[in-house]
Amino acid sequence: MVDHSVVGRSLAPVTAHVEPGRLRFFRETLGEQNPAYTDAGAAKAAGYAAIPVPPTYLFCLEMMDAEQAFEFLDVLGADLKQVLHGEQRFTYRAPVMVGDTLRFEPRIASITDKKGGAMTLAVVETKVTNQHGVHVADCVRTVVVLNKVAA
Amino acid sequence: MSETSNRQLAVGDRVVHKEFPPISRHKLALYCGASGDHNPIHVDLDFARAAGYPDVFAHGMFVMACLGQALTDAVPPPRLRSFATRFVAITQLGASLTCEGHVAEFVEHNGERCAKLALTTRDQNGDVKLAGEAVFAI
Repeated sequence: MVDHSVVGRSLAPVTAHVEPGRLRFFRETLGEQNPAYTDAGAAKAAGYAAIPVPPTYLFCLEMMDAEQAFEFLDVLGADLKQVLHGEQRFTYRAPVMVGDTLRFEPRIASITDKKGGAMTLAVVETKVTNQHGVHVADCVRTVVVLNKVAA
Repeated sequence: MSETSNRQLAVGDRVVHKEFPPISRHKLALYCGASGDHNPIHVDLDFARAAGYPDVFAHGMFVMACLGQALTDAVPPPRLRSFATRFVAITQLGASLTCEGHVAEFVEHNGERCAKLALTTRDQNGDVKLAGEAVFAI
């Protein structure tokens, strides 16, 4: 079972750079062809100062530049074989573009046991700010922990 | 230009629709590197079996990235205010995904008039893999 006392605990903050080469690798993997994401001129015409990131890329940036991408597992006392991604939410407050340096500040927001303790839902909320101190986004991840039930 | 910018929207309108090719092992390996999500359960068959799964399966965030692409094909990216999904079921290797979004309602969000879309991603059998919503300024 997951220790409920970890609610409110902050995880290590992550500083991530929006690098054009890594972003291109992501776009090509997804087959992204939208000019707003691939062409600097089209991005400018859409109102961006530089090429923006696709809507889920914030999640990737945090994992790529984290010293321990799975630190939340240690806090939850779980391992990779017993977790699934339950839900994911992004709230967009300001543009995130190539050249930005972002700071991710994750914290454990809630822990809820389900199905008589067979599973636990852990919610991790992450505030994202850019190099100008602008709060650009919030990410909310719900992790499902499949608890080892005693035989 | 995106279709949402050219016409009046009504509740029930389908504004998002995109189909994706079958998910290969190679694609999951590329996504592992491109996303920074190095969880072996998506690329290492031995690890997936040891965890009790018959095979590797897609990253939920890979499927959400497909849905996000379908979304921003229809909605101009600067207008997107939020995007959320529930991962309803595991997406198997070989799945051919169809992403759709319909106008669910119109809402006020921080003083802006917005539309809320109800989103789904289904596989080739029609099984729902992701269900979610997005809000964008109109």
